[in-house]
Amino acid sequence: MDARNSWGSYPDAQGRFGQFGGRFVAETLMPNILALQQAYEEAKADPSFQETLDIFLRDYVGRPSPLYFAERLTEHFGGAKIYFKRDELNHTGAHKINNCMGQIFLAMRMGKTRIIAETGAGQHGVATATVCARFGLPCIVYMGATDVERQSPNVFRMKLLGAEVRPVDAGTATLKDAMNEALRDWVTNVKDTFYIIGTVAGPHPYPQLVRDFQSVIGRETKQQMLEREGRLPDALVACIGGGSNAIGLFHPFLEDESVKIYGVEAAGHGIETGLHAAALTGGRPGVLHGNRTYLLQNDDGQIIDAHSISAGLDYPGVGPEHAFLKDTGRATYLSATDDEALEAFQLCARLEGILPALEPSHALARVGEIAKDVGKGGIVVMNLCGRGDKDIFTIANALGAKI
Amino acid sequence: MPVGRLSNAFARAKAENRAALVAYVMAGDPSLEVCAAILDALPKAGVDVIELGFPFTDPMADGPSIQRAGIRALKNGTTLRKTMALVAQFRQKHPETPLIVMGYLNPVETMGYDAFARHAAEVGIDGAIIVDAPPEEDADLRAAMQASDLALIRLATPTTDAKRLPAVVAGVSGFVYYVSVAGITGDKAIETADIAEAVADVRKASGLPVAVGFGIKTPEAAARTAKIADGVVVGSALVDVIASAHETGGDAAMAAALFCQSLSQAIAQAR
Repeated sequence: MDARNSWGSYPDAQGRFGQFGGRFVAETLMPNILALQQAYEEAKADPSFQETLDIFLRDYVGRPSPLYFAERLTEHFGGAKIYFKRDELNHTGAHKINNCMGQIFLAMRMGKTRIIAETGAGQHGVATATVCARFGLPCIVYMGATDVERQSPNVFRMKLLGAEVRPVDAGTATLKDAMNEALRDWVTNVKDTFYIIGTVAGPHPYPQLVRDFQSVIGRETKQQMLEREGRLPDALVACIGGGSNAIGLFHPFLEDESVKIYGVEAAGHGIETGLHAAALTGGRPGVLHGNRTYLLQNDDGQIIDAHSISAGLDYPGVGPEHAFLKDTGRATYLSATDDEALEAFQLCARLEGILPALEPSHALARVGEIAKDVGKGGIVVMNLCGRGDKDIFTIANALGAKI
Repeated sequence: MPVGRLSNAFARAKAENRAALVAYVMAGDPSLEVCAAILDALPKAGVDVIELGFPFTDPMADGPSIQRAGIRALKNGTTLRKTMALVAQFRQKHPETPLIVMGYLNPVETMGYDAFARHAAEVGIDGAIIVDAPPEEDADLRAAMQASDLALIRLATPTTDAKRLPAVVAGVSGFVYYVSVAGITGDKAIETADIAEAVADVRKASGLPVAVGFGIKTPEAAARTAKIADGVVVGSALVDVIASAHETGGDAAMAAALFCQSLSQAIAQAR
């Protein structure tokens, strides 16, 4: 199998990216998942689906997002030119809405009347609540009780948008438990409910359809880069939690072999401490939440709690396509600690006047080295996938400031 | 003859014109020692088939009762290997009662499918239900289990339509587990009137006994289910009985046995 010539052909009919992906769900959900796959195939073949989606992405989300030359950061590092793909300027402040917009149209196409979602940092919850408000569908968001505490502004935003936020006390009360609870809801309400998964994980076809909806990021980047620089970039950089912003940027470039691809996972207190969220760097393959992928787990196959200062990266797994890109060597996965992300956040704030979210601050923490490695005359694009307003309390706390 | 033990149990119940009682308990709950005592007490209490759960951190198809049981079991250090050790201990005294394990795929993947099947057969396990391994994903596991003469029991559900049913029952041995409600374990109460036809369809398609579970909490519900099914599975309710006995300082094995006796008697008189 020569994956290099056929990146676009994944996943296969079984939803596999090599050995990763698949449909590891309870039988109750299988018919639903197959129906979703069929509905998605039909939607893709229907030009009016994409046309409607494009109009909303333009007029409601605010696409295309700008490609910005980060001149002062470039000078600071002294290497390749650094560009930001500014998906933090989207409506709701992150890339998550690209996917929610696509999935809400699918839900309506399938005649579903009730929407559920899981959220960690609250960005996907807010984006889901937003599209539900816009199209008049009831919205229930599952959120770990720990995250409800530490992301209270987003909880209130969801409520203002008319969503019901259900705190999840089970397990560690974070993102993975919210996903368990959303899956339980779905099993119980299969007939009328559409589950809007927020990342490129879960059972097939989610990793594929979320990727496809997020790939607008990479398609725009490619076009903008050709217009601006007349050539492709030398390297792409994005943070990896589940990996939806990253795959959105990476996917349209997979077959452009000259473009190096870097994902940055959350190393928390440091990989060696065991307190991190770097499934690709510090985990091994297993099955969770409907797909086979790299997972943080112990010798008995029990899932280990992730740790990251960024609630959006605080997940013990990763999208199966990233697992595949790692094993095939097409992408390189690095990591950044909590402290490195905080430092990068402050650097970006002072040099560029942009408060990035803590998630892309992890990518930013590795951008300097990558830019130096690529060297002067080269071009690096980083996905600035979310804005940092939601994180100011966390950051104040970490810096010992009172606000 | 592991699959034989399962077939014999269902055949014996059928000969006595009653459904078989299938009882679910979580390995290592409330402790490994007490769990061993519970298992030891079940055959005498009228349990025909034991379903022994092995814990997983993320049981996405289970309701609160079994979630909590899993958390207790993990806190007690229960692993898939220790679950198997419990079975080995049980088998020394109970050579006849069939016992299957039930859980999620990741601990099995971690052990390796072949090692899992070989080790399971060695300790006297008769089969397994792996909740998150639907027919589309279980070919390798099925092959490993068949090589060790273990039954792979699949779940059929209210959402399994006529088109899908043949694939769900293909390659299944022992029995088929019909999930009576679309939902998680221990959640909604069973409506036996709604499922009689579905159970008959599954029996016909599989040629195997059909055990019905999810939502059977009382002897009355067990009796109603026993009229239409070849087996009645009680899980969350039994797990709750064990938990409350243990928490109040009672004898969990005795409480489990008494509850199973009441279920067994109700089932025996149902038809």
